Amino acid sequence: MSQIHVTTKINGDETEFLCEPEDTLLDVLRDRLGLTGAKEGCGTGDCGACSVTVDDRLVCSCLMLGAEAEGREIATIEGMADGEVLHPLQRKFIEHAALQCGICTPGILVAAKSLLENNPDPSEEEARYWLAGNLCRCTGYDKIIRAVMDAAAEMRGEIANDPDDSLRRAS
Amino acid sequence: MVEVAIWGSLRVATEGRATVEIEAGNLRELLDGLAEAYPDLRPQLRRGVTVAIDGRNFNDHWFEPIRPDSEVVLLPRIVGG
Amino acid sequence: MALDKQAETAKRQFKVVGTRPNRPDGIDKVTGRARFGADAVAPGMLTGRVLRSPHAHARIVKIDASRAAALSGVKAVVTRADFPEPPAHVADVLDNCMAGAKALYDGHAVAAVAAVSPAVARRALKLIEVEYEVLAHVTDVDEAMQPGAPVLHEGRTDETVPEGFSGNVISRCEFGHGDIEAGLAKADRVVERSFRTAATHQGYIEPHACLAQMGPDGQADLWCCTQGHYMVRNTCAAILGMEVGQLRVTASEIGGGFGGKTTVFLEPVALMLSKKAGRPVKMVMSREEVLRASGPTASTSIDVRIGMTKDGRITAGDAVLRYQGGAYPGSPVGMGSMSAFAPYDLENVRTVGFDVVSNRPKQAAYRAPGAPMAAFAVESVIDELAKSLGLDPLDVRIRNAAVEGTKSSYGPTYPAIGAKATFEAAKAHPHWSAPLGENQGRGVACGFWFNFGGDTCVTLNVNLDGTVSVSEGNPDIGGSRASMSMMAAEELGIPYEQVRTIIADTGSLGQNEVTDGSRVTFAVGLATIEAARQAIRVMCARAAKIWGIDEDAVVWEDGAAKPAGPNAGQFPPMSLAEIAAVASNTGGPIAGHCEVNAEGAGVSFATHIVDTEVDPETGAVKILRYTVIQDAGKAVHPDYVEGQFQGGAVQGIGWALNEEYIYGEDGRLQNPGFLDYRVPVASDLPMIDTVILEIPNPGHPYGVRGVGETSIVPPLAAVANAVSAAAGVRLTDLPMSPPKVQAAIQAARG
Repeated sequence: MSQIHVTTKINGDETEFLCEPEDTLLDVLRDRLGLTGAKEGCGTGDCGACSVTVDDRLVCSCLMLGAEAEGREIATIEGMADGEVLHPLQRKFIEHAALQCGICTPGILVAAKSLLENNPDPSEEEARYWLAGNLCRCTGYDKIIRAVMDAAAEMRGEIANDPDDSLRRAS
Repeated sequence: MVEVAIWGSLRVATEGRATVEIEAGNLRELLDGLAEAYPDLRPQLRRGVTVAIDGRNFNDHWFEPIRPDSEVVLLPRIVGG
Repeated sequence: MALDKQAETAKRQFKVVGTRPNRPDGIDKVTGRARFGADAVAPGMLTGRVLRSPHAHARIVKIDASRAAALSGVKAVVTRADFPEPPAHVADVLDNCMAGAKALYDGHAVAAVAAVSPAVARRALKLIEVEYEVLAHVTDVDEAMQPGAPVLHEGRTDETVPEGFSGNVISRCEFGHGDIEAGLAKADRVVERSFRTAATHQGYIEPHACLAQMGPDGQADLWCCTQGHYMVRNTCAAILGMEVGQLRVTASEIGGGFGGKTTVFLEPVALMLSKKAGRPVKMVMSREEVLRASGPTASTSIDVRIGMTKDGRITAGDAVLRYQGGAYPGSPVGMGSMSAFAPYDLENVRTVGFDVVSNRPKQAAYRAPGAPMAAFAVESVIDELAKSLGLDPLDVRIRNAAVEGTKSSYGPTYPAIGAKATFEAAKAHPHWSAPLGENQGRGVACGFWFNFGGDTCVTLNVNLDGTVSVSEGNPDIGGSRASMSMMAAEELGIPYEQVRTIIADTGSLGQNEVTDGSRVTFAVGLATIEAARQAIRVMCARAAKIWGIDEDAVVWEDGAAKPAGPNAGQFPPMSLAEIAAVASNTGGPIAGHCEVNAEGAGVSFATHIVDTEVDPETGAVKILRYTVIQDAGKAVHPDYVEGQFQGGAVQGIGWALNEEYIYGEDGRLQNPGFLDYRVPVASDLPMIDTVILEIPNPGHPYGVRGVGETSIVPPLAAVANAVSAAAGVRLTDLPMSPPKVQAAIQAARG
C-alpha cells in the first residue's frame, strides 16, 4: 500500500510527512515526528492522554487519522511553552503539585488550555466537566482543578483567590 | 529462650501450640531453631515469613537481636503494592 | 530506645523537610519531554506483538508459527518452547508471560513475534495457528472452591488446606486470639453478613512498555516502565538463564503503577525476541491487553460476624475471607486477613483466609494489597452495629481503638500508632457534624496498612562546586526524587535547589527492593540521610586536616564544618562548597553511600468521612464531600502526602462505585477498555479534603512512615456506609453500580 503525503502545520511550523492510510494522528506525532508528549493510554478516545488541538478544537489524536491532518493546524504539548517561558497552566501545575506520575499531564494541559481559550472564567464545575475526558489515576483531580482555577485567575489578571492556598505557598 | 507466637493455621506444624520456645539471640538463630524443632514449619519458612520483634516487622535481618523477653510473632511474608 | 528517639524526632525543627518545593521532574512532565516506557527508541528496532488466548481455559495442543515466520518483515517468533526450563521461583512468572501446557485465562500469551513494523507484526500474529483443546473454566471465587470445579493446576494445594475443597484452593491461613464464641455470647447484638467485591484494575494510564536489546555475547539492555528495575533484572535473568550482571535495566519515567508494575509481563518475551532477531525489540501493550492480561486485584467473598455490647464495646470479631487471585497462587488474602481487624483492640478475634486460583489473569499487588476488601466487610458490620444500637460510629471506633500496647488482631503488640488519633480528628472535623439533605448519607471507615522497607542503596556525591547528586534505585512514582533531595538537603544543611536526585540503572547501585509497600520515602529516605551523614563525616575530616586539628573536634552545623568548641581552635566555618572546592587537594572526591536492608517501617492508619447522595429512581450515587485523615508520620513534602491521600481515596471511590471486571459465561472479559471499565473522572468528584496527622515513626530518623497505600483501605467501606445510610438499605456487593443500588432500594421497599 502506498503512503500518503501530508502537509500540515504543527505548533506553528510547516510540516510534511508520509504516513500509512491507517496511521492515526497520534502514531504520526509519536512515531514519525518524534513528538512523544502526546501519550497513548487507551487508543479508543477514552483517556485523553493523547489530547491535541486541530484548528483550535480539542481532539483525541488516537481517534483521527494522520492523513486527516492535511491543511490543518495542530497544537501539541510541545508547543505550549514559549521557549523557556512556561504557559501559566504549566507553571501552576508544578506549583500546585498537580501531577504525580505525569503521564496524563500533557493531555490535561492541552485540554485545560483549550478550556481557558473557550471560557476564561470557568466555574469549578465547568472545569471538572471539560476535563472529564482526561483520566488521571494518581491525583484524584483535586490539585489539578486547583491549578487550572489558579491559572485561569492569573490569566485574567486576578490574584489567587484561594486563601488556604496562598498561605500554603508562602510557608 | 524466646517465646514465639505462631499464627492459627500454622499450629498444625507445632502440635497445636500457639506459642513455642526457641533458644535464639537473633533472627537467624530463631528461624534455624524453628526449622530444627518443628520440621513441619519448613514449607512455610521456605515460602517466606515476616517476624515481628517487639512490634517492628523484619523480613531479612539475620542478625537482628532478639532478647529473651522480646515479643516475637511469626507472620506470613508481607508484601505491598 | 524507641521513646527518647521519638521525642527527639518530634522536637526536631526542620528547615527543608515539611516545606513544599517544586519537583525536579516537573518541567519535563509539563512540557511533554519526560520519557515514559513507550517513548524509548533504538536504531533498527523492531515491533514486538503478543498472540493471546481467546479461551479462558484450554490445553495448547500445537502451535504452528511457520507461516508467520515466513512472512516478509518478520524477524523472530517466540513460543514457550524457546525458553529454558525455569528455576522454581520464577516458574509461574514465566508461565504467565508465555503459556506452557495450558492457556489459563482469556488473554494469556501463547506466542509473540518481532517484525519491521506494527502492521507486519499484526499480520504475522494472524498467521500463527494454535490448536486448542478447550477445557471447562471457572472465574468466580466461590464456585472455584467447590469440589468438582474445573481445576487449573493439579497438586498445588498446600498442607494448610483441609479436606472438602477443590484443588483450586491453594492455602488457608488463620489469625487471631481469644475465644470467638465466648465473646459473641457476651454481646448484646451480633451482626453477621456476607460481602462480595469485584476484581478491579490499578488503572495506571501508561500501558506496560519495554525496549529490549540482547547481543550474541549474552549482554543485554532493557528499558522499561516498572516499579522495580532490579526486580525486572533479576526475574528476567532467571527466566532467560542469564547472569544477572549481563543484564542492565534502566527504568523509564513510570506512568502510574499502584502495585501493578511490580512484576514482569512483556520484558522476558522482548528479550527473547531480541535475542532471536539480533535487533532491539520494542513492545507496548494496548489498553485491552493491559486489562485482559496484566495483574488486576483479587475478587473476594467475605463473611463477617461481630458482637457488640449496648455501650459499643466489640466483644468478638470473626471473618472468613476468600480471595481468588487469578490463574496462579498468591492472592493477598493473608494480608487481608491480618489487616481486617487491625484498627481495634479486641479480646476475641479470628480471621480465616483462603487463597484460590481461577481462570483470570494472575492478580498483581494493588495499593495495600488485600486490605481494602477486608476493611470493606468489617467496617460495614461495625457501622451497622453502631447504628442499630443508636451509637455514633466514631464513638464506637474510639471506644475500641487499638493504642500503644494493644495486642493487634494479627499478633504483634503495637508501638505508638495513630488509629485513635485519626478517629478523634474525624470526630472533631466540621465534616462530621455538617447537615445532610434528603437522600443523602454520611459514612465513615478506618483503614490500616503495614508499610515496609527492604533492600535499598543510595549514593550521594558532593560535586566540586558544592552541589550534590543523589543516585537511588527506586522509580519515582509520586514525587520521591523531590523527597530524597529534601532529606539530603535537610541533613547537609544546604538549599533544596542544590541537590538533584536521579534514578540510577541496575549497573550503578546494588540491589533495591521494588517501589512498593509504601517503602520509598521511609527506606530510601533513611538511606539518603545515612549517605548524607557519611559525606558529612568525610567533610568534617577534611576540614580537620585543613585546620590541623582532631577529626572529633569538628562538628557539622548549618551546612558547614565548625570547630566543636573554643578548645578545638579558632577557625571560621568551612561551608560544604568550600570543602568541596578543595576536595582534590584534601584526599579526592567526597561521597557518602548507604546500602541497607531497611527494616522497621511503621504501620499507619487512616479514617475517611464521605457524604453521598443516592438517586432513588436510578440508583446513581454522587459523592458530595470527602475528607481523609491519616497518620503520615513526618510528612516530608506535604503536597505529595496529600496527593497520595487524595489519589488513594479516589481509586477507592472507583472500586466502591463503578469499577469491576465482568466475565461472560464464556469466561472472557467483557469490558477490556476505559469506556466500560469506568474509572472516576473529574466531574464525578468533589475536592478531597485532607488532614495530615504526624505521629513520628520511631524507626526512621525523621519519623517518616509510608503513606501511599493506607489511603485506599477505608474508602470502599466509607462509601458503602454512606450509600447505605442514604439508600436506607445495607449494600454488601461492590461495585455499588446504579442497577445494584436501585435493586436494593426496590427490594427494601418490598
